[in-house]
Amino acid sequence: MDLLLSSISQGLLWSILAIGIYVTFRILNVSDLTVEGSFPLGAAISASLIIKGVAPWLSIIIAIIGGMGAGFISGYLTTKWKIPPLLSGIITMTGLYSINLRVMGQANITLLGQQTVFRTIEGFGLSKTMAVLLVGALTVSAVILFLHLFFNTEIGLAIRATGDNNEMSQANGIRTNLTRLMGYMLSNGLNAMAGALLAQNNGYSDISMGIGTIVIGLASIIIGEVLVRNLTIAKRLLTIVAGSVIYRLLILLVLELRVDPQDLKLFSAILLTLALRLPIIQEKFASRFGRKGLPKAKEME
Amino acid sequence: MTNATLELQNINKSFEVGTVNENHVLKGIDFTVNKGDFITVIGGNGAGKSTLLNTISGSYPVDSGQILLDGQDITKEDTYKRARFISRVFQDARMGTASRLTIEENLALALKRGKKRGLGYGIKRNQRDLFQTELQQLDLNLENRLKMDVGLLSGGQRQALTLLMATIVTPKLLLLDEHTAALDPKTSEMVLNLTNKLVNEKDITTLMITHSMDQALDFGNRLIMMDNGRIVVDVSGEEKDRLTVPDLLALFKEKSGKAATEDAMLLG
Repeated sequence: MDLLLSSISQGLLWSILAIGIYVTFRILNVSDLTVEGSFPLGAAISASLIIKGVAPWLSIIIAIIGGMGAGFISGYLTTKWKIPPLLSGIITMTGLYSINLRVMGQANITLLGQQTVFRTIEGFGLSKTMAVLLVGALTVSAVILFLHLFFNTEIGLAIRATGDNNEMSQANGIRTNLTRLMGYMLSNGLNAMAGALLAQNNGYSDISMGIGTIVIGLASIIIGEVLVRNLTIAKRLLTIVAGSVIYRLLILLVLELRVDPQDLKLFSAILLTLALRLPIIQEKFASRFGRKGLPKAKEME
Repeated sequence: MTNATLELQNINKSFEVGTVNENHVLKGIDFTVNKGDFITVIGGNGAGKSTLLNTISGSYPVDSGQILLDGQDITKEDTYKRARFISRVFQDARMGTASRLTIEENLALALKRGKKRGLGYGIKRNQRDLFQTELQQLDLNLENRLKMDVGLLSGGQRQALTLLMATIVTPKLLLLDEHTAALDPKTSEMVLNLTNKLVNEKDITTLMITHSMDQALDFGNRLIMMDNGRIVVDVSGEEKDRLTVPDLLALFKEKSGKAATEDAMLLG
């Protein structure tokens, strides 16, 4: 039971990363790999500030700002300097590896015995798992509420339109370079926030903790999308949280089956491949057997 | 010249300069659009019609020449800035609307064309009433489907919506690039009549590329024919009213030195 709850709480924290990736991957319609650098950047900033005595919550805010800076660089490289999105993400992520090392001053920082947002909550007499669940649920709710409101503002609508139809957006007077830049910053701010929270939860920050984060995030998004199709943004974000929790439970299952933890990344890669393939098979199935296959997703609503 | 909305002065535009494929598409276009003009544009394939519209809208920067809108030089302005005054409807119905956004969200975006976008709520309550009245005139029952994703609409519905979006804030200039070419004849007629109604009601200065000589003659007060990067025919008023399709074909032959079958023009 405790393992299950712990997986769910982990899923909540990781869902912030998935939501961050969703902003670029689905809303802006670009594949941004900056996350593999901005996620550990958030962890590095938070951990190194905490051991210097900065309040854990404040370290998260500074981490978010750092992540937005990373997003700004990738966004600037694609929009202004016209470097293809995939490459600008790789460039930023590679550069961030050195920067993250500089921030931490070493390859990893342990937070053993340090104050974290979770310990603060534990102080009210909660178990570690319950504290993580509570913090996770609260932050995820706050993030979803914020994004729901933001993406329905005039600027938010403009960002969504940009990702949907660049030509139309410009024809309607939207400065698409600016809206895309904002999307990149928002996305990587969230990625860094996830990095900061997970560092505090796991009790360490490590230079290599960004590896494979894009796969984890995408898998969570796709699982959420396979669950329910065609949703408004707030509901979609909720399914991504569900997808993220399901992903953690699958990892737990795999570990329970005594799979070597070394093979987890391979498992993640295969899982993402299957999750990406599933909607295509569903589609084929639907077209072969009339429209009957598709409404299945609807029935689950 | 006080009556001029748009002035093009010696506009040149080439593609793939310096390669074997170098293509001089617009060859020193001098052209004045008067306020209130509804101009139909015809011409064969590769005559430069679309390129002309794209340089006016800012999608293609010009190589040389000047573009003045209401006397203001906009030659170097970005597309999004020109969008304050110029709105467009494309041939592809998918191009003019954002498919994953709802009908009301698309209209709200169009309502903000040329204005600053802030952190206020994207769709205000009182705007919905405006959207519903505007949508009613389309007669497509879209006014009751404000929250429907635009991606679920048919091509004709999307094109009608795009037209509404292009005119909901009255532009100084409306550019229509074969906006009915991809539609079936009945839908095409509906969209054309809507175009005529909106343009006349709001007295919008309009440039409409069409592939149909009949349309070019039936609509608007002025007609230009392009050939090989130049405007070769420019008729308006009664002179245009008297023209027939055979006249146009004869004109085309005379100006271009090519025998024009109506097919070639149609395909243009």
